[in-house]
Amino acid sequence: MRGKQVDIQIEFRTPYMVVRLSGDVDLHSSPSAREVILDCLKKKMPLLIDLSAVSYMDSSGVASLVEGYQAARKQGMDFALVAVAQPAMNVLKLARLDKVFPIHASLDDVV
Amino acid sequence: MPTTDLAIDVDHLVTHYGPRKILDDISFQARQGEIMVIMGGSGSGKSTLLRHLLGLHQPTSGSIKLLGKDITRLSADEMYDLRKNMGVAFQGGALFNSMTVGENVELPLREHTKLDENTMRIMSRMKLEVVNLAGFESLMPSELSGGMIKRAALARAIVMDPRLLFFDEPSAGLDPVVSAELDDLILILRDAMNMTIVVVTHELESAFKIADRITVLDQGRILMSDTVAAVRASDNPRIQSLLNRTPRNEAINPEEYMERLTREIS
Repeated sequence: MRGKQVDIQIEFRTPYMVVRLSGDVDLHSSPSAREVILDCLKKKMPLLIDLSAVSYMDSSGVASLVEGYQAARKQGMDFALVAVAQPAMNVLKLARLDKVFPIHASLDDVV
Repeated sequence: MPTTDLAIDVDHLVTHYGPRKILDDISFQARQGEIMVIMGGSGSGKSTLLRHLLGLHQPTSGSIKLLGKDITRLSADEMYDLRKNMGVAFQGGALFNSMTVGENVELPLREHTKLDENTMRIMSRMKLEVVNLAGFESLMPSELSGGMIKRAALARAIVMDPRLLFFDEPSAGLDPVVSAELDDLILILRDAMNMTIVVVTHELESAFKIADRITVLDQGRILMSDTVAAVRASDNPRIQSLLNRTPRNEAINPEEYMERLTREIS
């Protein structure tokens, strides 16, 4: 655990639902992030995950994103990462997932 | 070096196996995000130093601070918590032969976390991707080559994203290509995760490629702990002999030699 608690906010930017993760997404906090992402997908809206304020993300956080993306794909829904902060991008790149997820530079690019 | 920046701080470490002194007044530091290579010939004390860094033995004297905590003074519970921030890839892999590769890699997550099954599975498979063992999770360790066992052991060591990674002899027994791949992987892990990585090796080429700094051990003492460039430029005869692979020709003290041969076994 690195110290900063994760903060999860949800907002609607038609037609998208945006989940904004801030702080540390680690072994302790990623289960909450996972639950929120999977719950949002049940609303059948295209989902954007804003990672601009993530100060640290470990593999459990990335695994939650992978699971969310896979669930969205199964339902034929759009799912993308937005404004990925460098600490999160480093972990994505380590597993070459930066080549797998749809990634947008900013929210304004999408909505 | 500011002490707050130190991931590892070993101070005046002395250790014995029985009456025999193995490590003598060892002091060195490693910063967060640095690769420290511990180098030395066989019997120099490298493996003993590693075992003490892992908290497997209690030293005779001195301190070992990992992430600011002196492990020679920690309770079992405190050491258990600290170990969640430590990953170890042992020389022989130390995989459990009765478990698949995937089960081996998942094991630390099952022991230390309450993550969802899917999360654990994805995390372990991600780490197998990182070490280029994608799709091998169902195999048993006995079905892997030597290089694959090392990589699976590395995947298990990093599955919890530890802040400290210890890697014992990554190159031993591997062909040069596989060995170079592992070196690259160590560099990638440092850069991506800002891990502090301690690599114990006697392979010069590997040490020079990956090290930020090198600690050279000889007969239980530190000959030098410095940058790669400084170690290369050292005029210390023992370091030069290690670099040039020349055999040791130590002077014999006849009195000490006879004492060793004829001392009564107590």
